[in-house]
Formats: sequence, structure tokens, C-alpha cells
Amino acid sequence: MIENELTRLARDDGPRVLSVLANRFGDLDLADDAVQDALVDAARTWPRDGVPTNPGGWLMTAARNRATDRLRKQASETRRLKATGSEIVERQHAADAGGLAMIHNADDASYLDDERLRLMLLCSHPALDDEAQVALTLRLVAGLTTEEIAAAFLVPTSTMAQRIVRAKRKIRTAGIAMSMPTELEERLGIVLGTIYLVFNEGYLTHSATAAPIRTDLVGEAIRLTKLVVALTEGHPEAQGLLALELFAQARIDARTTVDGQLVLLEDQDRSTWDLAVIEEGNRILAAALRKLAPGPYQLQALIGSHHANARTAADTDWPAIVDLYAQLNAVAGTPVVKLNHAVGVAMADGPLKGLRLVEALVGLDDYHLFWATRAELNMRAGQTSEAIPLFERALEHVTSQAERSHLTQRLAAVRDE
Amino acid sequence: MEYMITNYTEYDDDGPAPGTPEFNEMMGAWMAYNQKLIDGGHWVGGASLAPSDTATTVSMVDNAKTGTTDGPFAETKEQLGGFYIIEAADLDEAIELAAAMPIGTGKLEIRPIAFRPDADNG
Repeated sequence: MIENELTRLARDDGPRVLSVLANRFGDLDLADDAVQDALVDAARTWPRDGVPTNPGGWLMTAARNRATDRLRKQASETRRLKATGSEIVERQHAADAGGLAMIHNADDASYLDDERLRLMLLCSHPALDDEAQVALTLRLVAGLTTEEIAAAFLVPTSTMAQRIVRAKRKIRTAGIAMSMPTELEERLGIVLGTIYLVFNEGYLTHSATAAPIRTDLVGEAIRLTKLVVALTEGHPEAQGLLALELFAQARIDARTTVDGQLVLLEDQDRSTWDLAVIEEGNRILAAALRKLAPGPYQLQALIGSHHANARTAADTDWPAIVDLYAQLNAVAGTPVVKLNHAVGVAMADGPLKGLRLVEALVGLDDYHLFWATRAELNMRAGQTSEAIPLFERALEHVTSQAERSHLTQRLAAVRDE
Repeated sequence: MEYMITNYTEYDDDGPAPGTPEFNEMMGAWMAYNQKLIDGGHWVGGASLAPSDTATTVSMVDNAKTGTTDGPFAETKEQLGGFYIIEAADLDEAIELAAAMPIGTGKLEIRPIAFRPDADNG
């Protein structure tokens, strides 16, 4: 009971308080340390004293006091070198002016939202690399612990801790501010990209050892996307990403067998798909499309909606999907998008037509699905002997254990024919 | 905060010759950029460098010179062309100021100044 409340406090109120204090004190490290201190205090005192009536307000006060304590300690340490007393008083006043007012006026949601959005934008600042963006977002915006993030990405805690320390040092030393950027659209795109990386890592890990799907990361990505949708009052691309994630999440149980083998879309038991989640995706995608501001995430969500709303594999509207992939290729053309387009063509117009498109693609030699797709399309076209070396090439490049075992089975089946 | 911006471009041997209208246009863009930094209170210092084939590299071991060679430290297609030291509120402003530099095509590296002995604050 109290465990749940402490987790909720860390993931919900923690990041909210952090964003306010970081803005008020102008110091991300100080705010983060103070919130961590206060969460430790909560874990220590709440089991004894009970959960306060307003946990968020409690955390705001406790973290703010911890921040002031830390500033005081820092001041006494540096006093010998330099008189910083007046600076501390100044920063405390600045913090009180905003932060303390917040404690007494916790209903001022729009103000808080603005600071949370700025924290998200900071964590996905383009001056930080992808891995740092993901780690910082999960740590500071999603409120996960370093241990939890390390476990989710299957790296040692010390590695993840170092990644976060280095990113925070870059923010501090390079002077990356928690400001509202002038190119907000572009920066929001990076925030969505960071969340999509988290989602994809959860949906199909690259790891050789982990379970193929890690619902913890999928759940965190969806929670973060919902937050962006709320903070931006329904940005159409954020809604597009959310719908895309929901369509995928609805099918998650059907995607693997009980012993962890992958099940291809056309072979999945569609009665196990979560219709309520698909309906939520449909509703959010419709809301996004009404804004008439299309983008790559909405296009991908539309493709996802065709799959999610087809009651049988044969009901799939492949010509519509081919058309959507062509549009996606026009706005965000990558070799992988072109590969998916070719698969759509194969499904709509026959394997040989798809195969011709796939074989013309360049730059995918290291991508296992390039070889696996060519192998499968050759199989469907009755060219079994062509498929064997292609499956072998695919196996050379695959990293995920679930996909490796799927490809191995396919190869064995082909050799038996 | 202070930042150093270094610019890296491909050196163009056939660039406009001094005295031509093209040369004056190019210089005008740089003068305007410098003035923008000065007017905005961002100017701390800066210089444009002679081409990297005029560079000399000195190698050191334990504070002793071990060699002197012709050419720049790093042989790259894009060479260091010059630098600015600017004052900016934060990295976003530094990026914005850097991106206004009329280098044509190339790369700009922005680094925070860690310590500058001739700065007025300590």
C-alpha cells in the first residue's frame, strides 16, 4: 500500500517538483539531489507517520528545504574562499517567489505544465546524444531510478549512472538552459523521437538475452507520450505517436507465444487483441487528424490503425497501406520505410513485385530484416532455393534472441522442403 | 557565459580576389556579423586564420619539444578557419549566434570557456 504510494510519489510528484525547483533555483543538479533526498525522507518517515494528506505539497516543501540545506552547506564550505552569503539569500528568495507560491497554490496547473515541458525539452536537447536523452528523460521526467533504467536497458547500474552524470555535467558546463526554445516544433520532434526510442526498445529489444518485449518500457513510453499530449494541449504529432504506440500495445500479448517465440502479424490470434486500447488509439488518432497538420507519426499511426482494425489478416487493406507508406516515404523517407513499402506492395500485388522493389534498395546490407524480407518473398514466390542463403545472411545480422530463434526455425523449415 | 566558436570549412583556393565585388560582398557579410556581436554585447574576441597549409605543428613530451613539422595537427578536408569568443546567456543563444556566422558551408564547434585569465571576474 505505502510502497505503491511511494512509487507514485517518485514517478508523478517527483518530476513535477524537480521541474519547479530546477527552474526556480536555476540548478538542475541541486533540484535533482533535493528531490532524491526528500524521497528518501518519505520512504523513512511515511511508514511510521502515515501518508500526508497532500503528498505532492509535502514533497515540494521537503525538497525545497533540502535544497536550501544543501545551498547552506555549500556556502559554509566555500565561505573561506569567497563570501557567497548574499548569493544564497538571493537564490532562496528567487526560489520562494516561485516554488513556495506553488506549494500554496498547487492548482496553478498551467504554470507547472510549462516547467515540466521545459524539463522534457532540456532532457532531449540536441546538444546531448541519443543515449543521454533517453537516460535523462527516464530519470528526470519519468522519475525512474538509475537502477531501474539500467535494468530496463540491460546495462550495469554503474554504466547508466555514469551516462547520467556525464549528461548532467554537459548541461551544467555547456550552459544548456531550461528555456522555451524558439524552434519549439523542431525541439518537440526530438522529444517525441526520444520517447519513440524508449518505446521501440521495449517493444522489441535489441538485446540477445532479454525477454523480447519489455512492457515496463512500453508502459513508460506511453505514459511519457500522454504527458507530452497533455502539456502541448494535443499536439497532433504527439497524438499520432500515442495512437501508434497504443495500436502496438493492444497486440502485445498476441506477439509472442508462452515460451517467448515471436508470432508474425498474419499468424496472430486477433481475438486476444485489446479492443479497448485499439478504440482509444482510434479516438486519439481521429482527434489528431482533425487538426489537419499531418506528419510522420500520424502516418505511421494510420498504418497501425489499418492493421489493428482488421478483424482477420485477410481483411487488411494493403493498397491503402501501400499508399500510406508512399506518403511516409515522401516526408520521412528512410531505407526502412522503403522496405516496409515494398512489403506492402508484395501483399497487395504479389511477392515478385515486392521483391523487385526490395532488391533495388541500397544501404540496408547490415539490417537483418532486409535479408529476411527477401528470403520470405522468395519463399512466397516459390523460389525456395533462393531463400536459404538469404535467411543465412539475415541470421548473420540479427541481434534479438526472439528474432534469431524465429529465423532459425524458418531456415530449418525451408531446408526440409 | 562565455563560449568559443571555431569554424571549419573547406578552404577555397579560387575564392574571390581582393578588390572584386564578390570579395567585398563576402567581407561585408563578416563585418555585419562582427557588428551584430558588438551591438548585442556578445563580442569578447576573435580572429580569422591564414590557411592551414601555413600551419606548423610542434610536438611536446613532458614539456619538452620533440619535433616540429609542416602542416596542421589534424589533416582534414574541412580546416580551422577562425574563432570567436562570445558572451551568451546560454547554449541556445550561443548556437543561435554561431548559426548567424556567414561561413557558407561547414561546421561550427561551440565550447564553453572554462577559464580565461584576462576575464574581469574571477
